[in-house]
Amino acid sequence: MDLEKFKVHGEPLIYGAMISIALATIGIIVGLTVFKKWGYLWREWLTTVDHKRIGVMYILAALLMLFRGGIDAIMMRLQTAAPDMKFLDAQHYNEVFTTHGLIMILFMAMPFIIGLMNVIIPLQIGARDVAFPRLNAVSFWLFFFGAMLLNISFVIGGSPDAGWSAYFPLASIEFSPTVGNNYYSLALQISGIGTLITGINFIVTILKMRAPGMKLMKMPMFTWSVLITNIIIVFAFPVLTVALALMMFDRLFGSQFFTMANGGMDMLWANLFWVWGHPEVYIVVLPAFGIYSEIIATFSKKNLYGYTSMVFSMLIISLLSFLVWAHHFYTMGQGVMVNSFFSITTMAIAVPTGVKIFNWLFTLRKGRITFTTPMLYTLAFIPIFTIGGVTGVMLAMASADYQYHNTMFLVAHFHYVLIPGAVFAVIAGFHYWFPKVFGFRLNERLGKHAFWWIIISFNVTFFPLFLLGLMGMTRRMYTYSEETGFGPLNMLSFAGALGLAIGFVILVYNIYWSTRYEPRDTTGDPWDARTLEWATNSPIPAYNFAVVPKVQTRDALWSAKQDNIPLFTEEITKIHMPSNTGKPFILGVVFFFFGFFLVFSMWIPAIVAGVGIILVMAAMSFDRDHGFYIPAKEVIATEKKLRGETV
Amino acid sequence: MNKKGPLYALFLSLVLLLPGCSSLTVLNPKGPAARTLSDTIILSILVMLGVLAVVYILYIWVLVKYRAKKSNEGYVPPHEEGNVWLEATWIAIPILIVAFLSVVTVKTTSAVENVAADYKDQKPLVIYASSSNWKWHFSYPEEGIETVNYVNIPVHRAVEFRLYSFGTITSFWVPQLGGQKYAMSDMITTLHLSADTVGSFIGKNANFSGKGFAHMEFEALSMTDKDYQDWIKEVKETASPLTEDEFKGLLAMEHVGRKTYTSTHLSFSPPPGDHGDHMSNDGKDTDIDNGNTDHQEHKDIHPSPEPSSETEFDGEPHPEVDQPLPSSPVEEHTHHSD
Amino acid sequence: MKIDASKPLEYATEENSNKIFGFWVFLGAEIPLFATLFTVYLVMVDRFASGPSGKEIFEIGPVLIETFLLLSSSFTIGLAIHAMRHGYKKAMMVFMGITLLMGLAFIGIEITEFFTYVHEGATLQTSGFLSSLFVLLGTHGAHVSFGFLWGSVIMYQIWRQGINPATANKAFIFSLFWHFLDVVWIFIFSFVYLKGLM
Repeated sequence: MDLEKFKVHGEPLIYGAMISIALATIGIIVGLTVFKKWGYLWREWLTTVDHKRIGVMYILAALLMLFRGGIDAIMMRLQTAAPDMKFLDAQHYNEVFTTHGLIMILFMAMPFIIGLMNVIIPLQIGARDVAFPRLNAVSFWLFFFGAMLLNISFVIGGSPDAGWSAYFPLASIEFSPTVGNNYYSLALQISGIGTLITGINFIVTILKMRAPGMKLMKMPMFTWSVLITNIIIVFAFPVLTVALALMMFDRLFGSQFFTMANGGMDMLWANLFWVWGHPEVYIVVLPAFGIYSEIIATFSKKNLYGYTSMVFSMLIISLLSFLVWAHHFYTMGQGVMVNSFFSITTMAIAVPTGVKIFNWLFTLRKGRITFTTPMLYTLAFIPIFTIGGVTGVMLAMASADYQYHNTMFLVAHFHYVLIPGAVFAVIAGFHYWFPKVFGFRLNERLGKHAFWWIIISFNVTFFPLFLLGLMGMTRRMYTYSEETGFGPLNMLSFAGALGLAIGFVILVYNIYWSTRYEPRDTTGDPWDARTLEWATNSPIPAYNFAVVPKVQTRDALWSAKQDNIPLFTEEITKIHMPSNTGKPFILGVVFFFFGFFLVFSMWIPAIVAGVGIILVMAAMSFDRDHGFYIPAKEVIATEKKLRGETV
Repeated sequence: MNKKGPLYALFLSLVLLLPGCSSLTVLNPKGPAARTLSDTIILSILVMLGVLAVVYILYIWVLVKYRAKKSNEGYVPPHEEGNVWLEATWIAIPILIVAFLSVVTVKTTSAVENVAADYKDQKPLVIYASSSNWKWHFSYPEEGIETVNYVNIPVHRAVEFRLYSFGTITSFWVPQLGGQKYAMSDMITTLHLSADTVGSFIGKNANFSGKGFAHMEFEALSMTDKDYQDWIKEVKETASPLTEDEFKGLLAMEHVGRKTYTSTHLSFSPPPGDHGDHMSNDGKDTDIDNGNTDHQEHKDIHPSPEPSSETEFDGEPHPEVDQPLPSSPVEEHTHHSD
Repeated sequence: MKIDASKPLEYATEENSNKIFGFWVFLGAEIPLFATLFTVYLVMVDRFASGPSGKEIFEIGPVLIETFLLLSSSFTIGLAIHAMRHGYKKAMMVFMGITLLMGLAFIGIEITEFFTYVHEGATLQTSGFLSSLFVLLGTHGAHVSFGFLWGSVIMYQIWRQGINPATANKAFIFSLFWHFLDVVWIFIFSFVYLKGLM
């Protein structure tokens, strides 16, 4: 076998990455062995089917990926900070911005949101778990190993380098001969299957497993947003599945879908990609709207204003999200009529989004607003996201887009949408729900420090890009000359990026600090919140609720607290729980090798791994797991202990 | 809320920069198409500043008035379901704004997709601009001249660029003359530009196309009619013809400097079909007809291609260039959107 | 596990009814999957470059047999579920066995068909049209093949464990899958073969 193709050459950067990956792996293995944690890791985490633990693993993976993607971002900003920089060469710059996009969207924003979904949704609807706990573990491990497959590309064989949108013919074997785009098609495919399964799982969970009395129009707004998001996932991800499969066939088996000869059509890829790609934006943004709705209601001590119009605006956004994909390539020459149609559908999205902004503002009105860390992120979201939104309307105008397209203006716009619209939301949700999962809050002082660093640096980083775009700087340029005059604003942007990095370091330090020093919460409801997840103890017991709650109003916990409506009326009885299983993890590993062998066209091992996948699935079918029961006595004891009472 | 401080400073600086700031290339137009777009952009920025102002004023007001403070301790916020009239207001007004901007969009899009109004009566000068690796080829079929990495045009003249690519998708963009458009391997796209003043403008590929992308620039020079004629005369006297071998060599190179020839590659390597006059590789007529926007909406009514009044280079079969079957994804858009 | 005796066995527990609903959602995701493949095929159908067109390679004979096999198997899986509801294990096994055998025969004919195409020089690499044809038919065929394996595992479980809420649930979900493949085939038959032969 030719070992040459596995190697990535040159750059001290790559060797640095290889060494750090190797060191980290050795460190983890040694650490686990020294502290005798292998059994703990396997029993409590790798085999878990508990939605809370799976959620925590999603969020951990997302944080890791945030740092990987963040380092990519800093490298890009450094390389373009001044004219004619020599930090990265063109090839590595191309790999870095491609993986930055892929990782931030698919392996950071998505899993962070899916992680919060996993932790919170069953609690918010008063359920003991998701509908299919084992499939949930399968989802996670497919996502995780898909992400790992993409990440190893940097040191084994080379990363994808044709942009996260991987337009053909650039991404074809002719113009991108390295294995990078093979990794693209397989890593995304594997984690995409995981996401699709998540979508199905949560639709069933939300539609079939709500606590008695919780009608659809009594669901918390986060639950609504997640339901709509998962419906988008179920309809959008199959398109990606097909697109990636066709890409794989073109690159590995010489088919002629997107080629330049023999009847291939390069623009077909752009269409398929964006038919998935645009709804994907709403997959990460809609749950954020849900998170913000919860936080605004909690910290202004008011119910959400215009609940019904909030729900309908999300439904309309989800529908429109499938009708706007061609606005990503107005410049393809499809003529005035087509461009006008897509301009109008795109601008129409501003209407339901505006409805949401005003409803939030009117929720705040007449409230009593407290500025906690999660609330600060939420409040920062409104003005910043509005800038993202209005520039979105500007970009939606096909004619004007002929001047914005492919420029830094576009880059500034989507960072102004996605960072407040997804990243601030998951950070806010992270601070907000952290005490629910771990039983103590993150330190407010450190949290606010991090907040100011992040908010100010964000604007310093990305606002200059609007101006650079209008100055004619195109995106994805690895360098530029002095005469262009792009230098000073890029330097400013680089300074902002460093500030963002400091903010995120403080954020992580806060987790460490708070774990050691923050006082423990025994109420289960430290924010005086409104929805069901705060009705159980923190940290959440394995069975979520000792007794299934009975819901009568929208803000179930709030009205229980205000009007003394009892939520839990039944006796504590024994609780049925699903047992752990290692098969989802094994399935993930086998998928990883299947993908890896296909990337390098190693057919025999790939076939073996493919058979392995079928065998693991068959073994899962033969599992006769009836779960186990937690006796009522044990439940009562756990409840007392969590409330800080002596048993 | 002091956190909006830097935000406002930045925004204010943008507003101050807008009028007459020559470094914002896009807002410093030198031709009718670019001017239309610049006006559209400034109009939309003004409308959007209005929207931002409404949101920001409301935002600051609620935060100042309803923040938790000593004086409102013990205040219990009321339960509010919503208000039909208020909600109707913030649905109706955005719809009006979007409707207004839609009208502007349709008008300006159709303005820049056609020959500019002032130049309607001219017969446009046709220039084929094609990209290969990281360079641009400009062919002047009427003059029989070909240049690489620079293009000279007469001032005050309607110019019709016909774009295509010998490889990856690129995007032809001269920001001060007008918007960009993709150049693709299996169909021609058309871009109408004109210059109002004599001058040199930066042109570039705006669409990421691989390793050499950052250096894929060219100069667009607009010159007086006399200078233009002189330039043509000079080229005819000093340059040599472009042979097929020479052209193949050019295509294979990653970057080259400026080049000038006294014949075009169009004769031995014709461009792909226009939107309107595609021929399939086996020589049979196919019913693909999707370039002209008028046809898209009535595809079933007259499915056969309309004869086009084109130069001699259009619509010829082109067996030697590895061109795929001509068609475009455009008609699929219309299918989906119907 | 609470068993609700008023409902058919496959719906008897909450978990069972969730699984069936979940599978419907999954079929909901299969629709955009095949819709995308059909769209790709319809875009590519005239782009056969120097290769053969559909008219030149399609043969109606084997396609009619495939159609007959798949439609009949959809009927027999219905009979199997009917037998299952009445608790007739043996009848159920027989009908399910017939279903799977017909599925196997279908796959056999499809593979022969593919070999014939390749023999005639119509391969995946020949043209955009053939790439999309092979991938569309192949995806459906892969579904049928997976169904064959899956159905066999379920039959084995029913043979060992008898008809109980768990196995009945699996068999019922399998029948949904099988019917769905039938529907997809009807679209393939009309939009690929009939349209291509016309």
